[in-house]
Amino acid sequence: MVGKSIPRVDAYEKVTGRAKFTDDLIPDRCLVAKVLHSTIGNGIVTSIDTSEAEALPGVVKVVTFQDVPDHCYPTPGHPWSVEPAHQDVADRNILTGRVRYYGDDIAAVVAEDEVTASRALKLIKVEYEEYPVEIHPRKSMYGSNPPIHFDKKDNVLARSNFFIGDVDKGLEESETVVKRSYKTPIVQHCHIENPISFAYMEKGRVVVVTSTQIPHIVRRVIGQALGIPWGKVRVIKPYIGGGFGNKQDVLYEPLNAFLTMQVGGRPVKLDISREETFRNTRTRHSIEYDLVAGVDKEGRLMAKEMNAYSNQGAYASHGHAIAANGLTAWRLQYACPNVRGEAYTIYTNSPTAGAMRAYGIPQAAFAIECFMDDIAKEIHMDPLEFRKKNLIQGYYEDAYLKPIAANTNGIFECLEKGAEYIHWDEKRKEYADQTGDIRRGVGVSVFSYKTGVWPISLEIAGCRLSMNQDGSVQMQIGATEIGQGADTVFSQMAAETLHMDVENIHIVTVQDTDVTPFDTGAYASRQSFVTGTAVKQCAEQLYDKILAYAKTLLPEQETRELSMDHGWIYAGDEEAISLEAVAQEAYYSLSNSSVLTAEVSTQVKKNTLASGCCFAEVEVDMKLGTIKILRIINVHDSGKLLNPQLAEMQVHGGMSMGMGYGVSEQIVLDEKTGRMLNGNLLDYKLMTALDTPDIKADFVELDDPEGPYGNKALGEPPAIPGAPAIRNAVLHATGVAFNENPLTPQKLIDGFKKAGLI
Amino acid sequence: MYDIENYYNAKSVEEAAALLREHPDSRIISGGSDVLIKIREGKMAGTSLVCIRDIKEIQGISKKENGDIYIGAGTTFSHITNDPIIQECIPVLGEAVDQVGGPQIRNIGTIGGNICNGAVSADSAPTVFSLNALLRIEDGNGGRTVPVKEFYLGPGRVDLKRGEILTHVIIPAEEYQGYHGHYIKYSMRKAMDIATLSCSVVSRVDTEKNILEDVRITFGVAAPVPFRCEKTEAALKGMPVDEKLYQTIEESIRQEISPRDSWRASREFRLQIGGEIAKRALIRTVELAGGNRK
Amino acid sequence: MIRDKVLVKCIVNGKEVAEYVDPRESLLDMLRNRLGLTSVKKGCEVGECGACTVIIDGETVDSCIYLAVWAEGKNIRTLEGLEKNGDLTRIQEAFIEEGAIQCGFCTPGFVMSATVLLERGEVLTREAIKKHMSGNLCRCTGYQNIVNAVEKVMKENAAENEGA
Repeated sequence: MVGKSIPRVDAYEKVTGRAKFTDDLIPDRCLVAKVLHSTIGNGIVTSIDTSEAEALPGVVKVVTFQDVPDHCYPTPGHPWSVEPAHQDVADRNILTGRVRYYGDDIAAVVAEDEVTASRALKLIKVEYEEYPVEIHPRKSMYGSNPPIHFDKKDNVLARSNFFIGDVDKGLEESETVVKRSYKTPIVQHCHIENPISFAYMEKGRVVVVTSTQIPHIVRRVIGQALGIPWGKVRVIKPYIGGGFGNKQDVLYEPLNAFLTMQVGGRPVKLDISREETFRNTRTRHSIEYDLVAGVDKEGRLMAKEMNAYSNQGAYASHGHAIAANGLTAWRLQYACPNVRGEAYTIYTNSPTAGAMRAYGIPQAAFAIECFMDDIAKEIHMDPLEFRKKNLIQGYYEDAYLKPIAANTNGIFECLEKGAEYIHWDEKRKEYADQTGDIRRGVGVSVFSYKTGVWPISLEIAGCRLSMNQDGSVQMQIGATEIGQGADTVFSQMAAETLHMDVENIHIVTVQDTDVTPFDTGAYASRQSFVTGTAVKQCAEQLYDKILAYAKTLLPEQETRELSMDHGWIYAGDEEAISLEAVAQEAYYSLSNSSVLTAEVSTQVKKNTLASGCCFAEVEVDMKLGTIKILRIINVHDSGKLLNPQLAEMQVHGGMSMGMGYGVSEQIVLDEKTGRMLNGNLLDYKLMTALDTPDIKADFVELDDPEGPYGNKALGEPPAIPGAPAIRNAVLHATGVAFNENPLTPQKLIDGFKKAGLI
Repeated sequence: MYDIENYYNAKSVEEAAALLREHPDSRIISGGSDVLIKIREGKMAGTSLVCIRDIKEIQGISKKENGDIYIGAGTTFSHITNDPIIQECIPVLGEAVDQVGGPQIRNIGTIGGNICNGAVSADSAPTVFSLNALLRIEDGNGGRTVPVKEFYLGPGRVDLKRGEILTHVIIPAEEYQGYHGHYIKYSMRKAMDIATLSCSVVSRVDTEKNILEDVRITFGVAAPVPFRCEKTEAALKGMPVDEKLYQTIEESIRQEISPRDSWRASREFRLQIGGEIAKRALIRTVELAGGNRK
Repeated sequence: MIRDKVLVKCIVNGKEVAEYVDPRESLLDMLRNRLGLTSVKKGCEVGECGACTVIIDGETVDSCIYLAVWAEGKNIRTLEGLEKNGDLTRIQEAFIEEGAIQCGFCTPGFVMSATVLLERGEVLTREAIKKHMSGNLCRCTGYQNIVNAVEKVMKENAAENEGA
């Protein structure tokens, strides 16, 4: 079953519109809540008057920052830590009077209907004292008065560093030293379903139904935010319309829980608009990099150094984990004896940055992979040859974080496939030294990516299997289906290990923290690896239980070894009893009934590196500043594929995101106020079907010894290598090195003018 | 649910005019792709609406005996693009409005709304300008006809007084017969986008003498209102069709248009693109005329 | 202030419907809240994402920027109207076969856009198909398999027509 391209188990429900998402489950007579956002970017609320809003017919309740609990809580979708030193930064209140970015949440209205709630917001009178706005991390890190958060005087949320060998000496001994700076933009996830939740109370507990990747974490954080026992909170996650990391954060669920408690437990819906999703949920960090590297005469890396400055925005969210992940990537994959890195994560008055697909690596890979091309150009070496000279072949392990290692490493095979598809050698020659108005180029980039979060954080997963009367199996998983196909591959895994048809595995797609086994959720490309390990263990246990029970039914077969295959128990090679008959006995035997179930909660202390590459061929219209992507391919080393069609689909989506990161997507903030200028789907340039070229996905399948089924990370990596590959192709086409993505027409025209090309 | 104060449905132009006069806080709604979005954004929240969708007489396209083409203001973009009269006589207009937003928007958005909201990025406007269109405005009291050029007053402002309704966009026969046009929309995406800059060129070429007899060039987003490049037009008229013509238009346009800096694009950038798209649009019209591009 | 509801009579998925609606309601509100047609998804409410696409008199429309009162006399189709007692239309099957579905939130809108396109019976290039699907945004698929599904059914239909 594993390794087959079976259709998604939820495809029928989704293609008929029967799949129920949060907004499809809103109870009758649900109240509507809306949030009042600040109209300044930094400052403090000096007065707030809600009397007119409260007097408006249809308004049920108005709450402000003065009404919410005083204590702060953390929001990121990390496993909690029992060690205070490793706990997430708690810097947020449910509503705030201390405005830290343009649009901060200061009050909320609960009303009978949407129009009344909107009108009530307009009736709330707010006065502010304004402070200067700073949206740039490298300016903010010298401190502000007052600081953005009182306990971080210099606005630096965190910094970290590492070193291997002696970088200064390595640079000294190098033949050529190259220094460059790169910058990545703020971008947004743009899942088509906005974050939405509704909350109500039942038997003295608060129930929140929400579009989230991390129901068990949402439960914990609601408990923390409201200061109530975690057991008093129940979180339900139905089908969700994409997350990409934005929903790996606790967003408005604590406010929603608070609001229902304020109106006596009546159901309250908190439906965030697209504009609020852009401005008030999370974004991808913009990171600035200063890189230095030295190479010897043969073009081998001798020493390299990274300094990174990450724009956190107003609240910590996932915080320094993002920049730190990029710092780790700096010491992986390429062989280099002397490596140093330092990263700062800095509060600014920008919208809050959090987790987004591939967690800091698209940023780092843009800088690193542009840099590799720039070094190659400096020493007149083909950039593919330069990479092959410096990439590590075979096994390697991280110097600091054990046991992170490339237990299998297919990067060279990936490069070979990609180069062949794009006709690398021919095109590099053909497109050298062009002069016309239309120029073409090819570019490459590579990456490596961890599978899950161990040992940086806890990895734990749960699975429950229960045999039905007909011999089919119910399956419950704490990790979540968010569109990536988790439910399908978990079903395949269980079927594989139980030697059953996948049609006889019934997975429960809805997570409900009251009944679902504990698992931290969908993120970090962890599920098929970590949760997959739990599924395998659980299925093995059930398999053994079934055979043990069957044995009691087959006294005549006492001496023969039993096995199970597609509905039958075999004794040796003989069909001994049907699985259905075994199940019936287990349920109803008057002498020995005991329903066959298995449940595991599994900690996983493994981590294996996936890798891959992207090759792109572009055509640049010099005078219009436009890039046409002619051909693009990602080749992934993600271990054995669990479902090749689903794997390809993941790669397509990631490539689309990578292309947007390369050429069109960016959030623009007003320098003076910090206001977001393009926080909607018209002005934020997510690619449409017409902007997207045909895209190609390919794989190198090595059987990874750590993966439960030979598999390793695939969910996030596809989003990583596209942007630098496109940038490097533009470099090849035009000779102009663009060091900031996306490569918009404006940047291209400016760059070509500066280079005297137009 | 939209924050709409009152809603009135007009069945005729006269009724619409009367409703608009009777309710001074009301505004016209036609396709809705602009007004409803502004209500949602809060800019027009609480407004009252006079709906003109049910007025049959302002929908559809007809060609009069003298060749004048009447486009009902309530005609949607997709109907304009698919209309045989448009395809035969002024394909450039059908192609231009086929670049508005996406298919769903083109199925509801109307040319009247596109013109009356006064947006300088409107995809119909540059072509309507280059075709020297006339606008028929009714008020239930005789009405008036104005050249489109006089209709735009400033960003988002048009010469439509309370109680007036744009009913038809008229393309006079002499303004399109013998002409070929091409519209280039420069935007950041190929769909679901508004123009960063746009240019519509309509020209008449004497293919025997290889002379550009007449040319009209209009830019969107290069000034507060759609902008006819009259100086460049005058300079190009009568020129032989050759490389020099194209060089002249590129340079002259950069002198004549005056786009502004905004977060979307710099003035310098728009000048670069402006010269280039005007040139490319002219080349295309010459090709369409069967002219010699050399 | 609007107080009176307005009677709207129209055909929804082949059935006559008569509903009193608030003139402030969008068609999206009416279809979801009054008729329970929850395949019609809300992604932006300003006509930018296409998740709420329905077919009105043979044309695709974003139901979020279409007032419910405008539905009077119209023939409206949503995704719920395509399947017949569980049997899928060819394009729905092709979405499954080609792997055009991930999170599923944009899927109903895409299927409706594809349905109109295929019912026209034209045979188009991939580029032209993409143009027809460009009013629907998707973040999961990169559009590749969605376009593949549409192209596949379009070719099948063309082959059938040739055969007939």
